[in-house]
Amino acid sequence: MDLESLKMSEAWIALRLTLLVAGCATLINLILGVGIAYLFSRKKFWGKEVLDAFLTLPMVMPPTVLGYYLLVLLGQQGVIGQFLKSHWGIQLIFTWQGAVIAAAIVSFPLIFKAARAAFESLEAQYEQAAQVLRVSDTAIFFRITLPLAWRGILAGLLLAFARAAGEFGATLMVAGSIPGQTQTLSIAVYEAVQAGQDDTANFLVLLTSIVCMSVLWVSGRLMPGRVVRQD
Amino acid sequence: MTNYARAESPVVLTVSAASSLTNAFKEIAPVFEQQNKTIKIQFNFAASGQLLQQIAKGAPVDVLASADQETMDMAQDKSLIDVGSRRNFTANTLVLVVPKNAKQVPLGLSDLLKKNYQRVVIGLPASVPVGRYTQHVLEKHHLWQMLEPKVIGAQNVRQALDYVARGEVDAGFVYATDALISPQVQVAFTVPTDKKILYPIAMVRTSAHEKEARQFLAFMNGTLAQAILSKYGFGKP
Repeated sequence: MDLESLKMSEAWIALRLTLLVAGCATLINLILGVGIAYLFSRKKFWGKEVLDAFLTLPMVMPPTVLGYYLLVLLGQQGVIGQFLKSHWGIQLIFTWQGAVIAAAIVSFPLIFKAARAAFESLEAQYEQAAQVLRVSDTAIFFRITLPLAWRGILAGLLLAFARAAGEFGATLMVAGSIPGQTQTLSIAVYEAVQAGQDDTANFLVLLTSIVCMSVLWVSGRLMPGRVVRQD
Repeated sequence: MTNYARAESPVVLTVSAASSLTNAFKEIAPVFEQQNKTIKIQFNFAASGQLLQQIAKGAPVDVLASADQETMDMAQDKSLIDVGSRRNFTANTLVLVVPKNAKQVPLGLSDLLKKNYQRVVIGLPASVPVGRYTQHVLEKHHLWQMLEPKVIGAQNVRQALDYVARGEVDAGFVYATDALISPQVQVAFTVPTDKKILYPIAMVRTSAHEKEARQFLAFMNGTLAQAILSKYGFGKP
């Protein structure tokens, strides 16, 4: 009984950690993904489509490949890992921040792609009208472009959140599995099954399913085209 | 499983084996197949606990080789194995390893409490035998509770070995045989365990290839297989 309640509390800790990791990853991607997508939709530059393919890579690459890249780059012997350690004493492997980085990279394309499509599908006339009225570029972005594209971005944002919350392969390699530190829901499920703790696994799986269903339901309601009306 | 195998095509024998056996078993398989031309060995390597769960959930496995008695006992309790076929076929020892280029080498278990050992990797005790052995030893020396905050859990012994080899952790508990195959780690010392670390092997009760499974079990106790095992540092049972 005691052991059972302990396991259940571990499930809630795992859920909280999952939401924290996915939330941070989504926040990072909101800024980076939307920013870069805006750049892509408005500027022409050499190698744009190659860079687009590179940025979309995490979506199609196996998570273990990504995890290995991260382990090699961010680890003690990696270029970035050594730099971070010698300059600021930061070690990312086996920390929840490391899990955030893994989740952010994996889910980045979902926001980037959605935001780029949203920006590119906007009618140019509103921005042009504002330009004629000498509204500053910053104001045009925040008061016209972003509100018009928001629905598409939000849908991508929710999908990215769900993907980040479900991250497993790369996270397991980079962040390990430390209860309360880096043990997210998906990793906790894997471990419970391996150890034959079916009760814990059942509970965790149910919890995860509810979280995923909620995210999908919300993102479905926000999908462009569903609610858009032309009056 | 499928039934389309024709008379002349070989029988595929699925052997679920503990991660620590990976290298030795991969070398044993071709020797066995050479002698038994009608049998193909197919390996499934993972932590013993994971192997047990796979079989418990109905995975079509013919032979189970685990790294500890507890896992095999659990398999026996659940009537998953043919009890009569169970044998201890090899032995191992627990060691503490540190990265090859480590500046200092711990001399005893209590050295791990020092500040320069921030992270220590062990197999997850719930499913990885080497982790269970480690936990028992540390508990016996009243070090477990103090070391727990430093512990990184690995999914199997080879992941633990890899983390030490990459220098991501300051030390790790693995088998002597694992330490031998990685040039990037050095053994600090052998950790004495209460019980000898013995590896049991048995036929899975639901195996559809009983005859072939028994042939493989017999081969494992023979001189050829034992010679390969000892080449990789495994001991006599």
